[in-house]
Amino acid sequence: MGVPSVQGRQQKNLVLILAREFASKLATATFIADAEGNLVFYNEPAEAILGRTFAEAGDIRAEEWASLFKIEELDGTPVPLEKNPGGVALLERRPAHRELRITGLDGVTRTISATAFPLLARAEELVGMVAIFWEGQSP
Amino acid sequence: MRYGGNTSCVEVRLADGTLLVLDAGTGIRPLGLELEDYSAPIHLLLTHLHLDHLEGLGFFMPLWRAGSELHVWGPPSPTRSLEERIARYLSPPLFPIHLSEIPAQLTFHNVPDEPWEIGDARIEAEPVSHPGPTVGYRLEDDGSSLAYIPDHEPALGGDLRALPPEWISGLGVAEAVDVLLHDAQYSEAEYETKVGWGHSSVAAAVDFARAARVERLLLFHHDPLHTDQDLVALEAQARELWGRDGVAPELAVEGATIELAGRVAAASG
Repeated sequence: MGVPSVQGRQQKNLVLILAREFASKLATATFIADAEGNLVFYNEPAEAILGRTFAEAGDIRAEEWASLFKIEELDGTPVPLEKNPGGVALLERRPAHRELRITGLDGVTRTISATAFPLLARAEELVGMVAIFWEGQSP
Repeated sequence: MRYGGNTSCVEVRLADGTLLVLDAGTGIRPLGLELEDYSAPIHLLLTHLHLDHLEGLGFFMPLWRAGSELHVWGPPSPTRSLEERIARYLSPPLFPIHLSEIPAQLTFHNVPDEPWEIGDARIEAEPVSHPGPTVGYRLEDDGSSLAYIPDHEPALGGDLRALPPEWISGLGVAEAVDVLLHDAQYSEAEYETKVGWGHSSVAAAVDFARAARVERLLLFHHDPLHTDQDLVALEAQARELWGRDGVAPELAVEGATIELAGRVAAASG
């Protein structure tokens, strides 16, 4: 339930607010997107993977972040947005896991294990998704 | 006892005479006794179903009159309806009579996602940070506004002074209201050992009210373990933190009446 304020600003859903606070306390790289796929927060460990601080980047619109970060299979095949775990969590409303290579804004390519799950405030109300990136491949 | 000992209940009279009741703590019992001749529909807006906000409902006199019409509004749950959840309290062994045997005409409503109207008032509910499904309310009537967030821990979402407004729990319903009744249960020292319990320190209440740019802050949901002296000290702290500009924060007092531009009146129960 997002409530527009008296100034017309869209108040963030409580689930997103609590997810952001949770992510800010984690030592694991964590990304939070809203229901439209806009990247609305990532924590300090995630900054190391993306190569830019959240304070510098701010919110990143869905159409922007797909072009800012190069995401590919371990063999170098590009992974379309809808096939990466975050895309699956948002579009198919289910958890997803995949091993990927990501090249951040610092130009460094890293191998990561990514797990994402949708945030459902109620059964039918998708408010966003959380994605966790682990550097290195799963054992 | 100078500030009262009942649990949360606030009576709101709209300009058109409609009666809204915010929460059904023990303060609703004396309110019910004053409604002997009241026959219009009553709207009870529950923020959540913790016992201190519900325990008075069984002792609300209009419930026991066949002609009464009571609309109960509350936060939805992913598992049980509002009626089922309330019936867990209003049924044996916790209560002698089952909810279904109550003579008044009861209608249960999940609070809508979007603002809605009761009488001439515009009502808004927003989920807020407190354990379990919980909402805060904003009431607007004839140019006046009131926000009611009695149980709220917005500081759990981060440092309120550092967060952008849209990332602060509850700000959407509280922004720029004439009067905010807000949780201020703990001192700073007490809050340190009670993080995650769902309540605010006085400093967090002041930070929240500042961020929301409210006109007047009433410190609400007093800790039952606090003496009047403790409460006076918390009020002094709130005033120091607030500074000199605007209306100084004050303690909510049981039985007090607040006139909002002569149009909306609220009384803490």
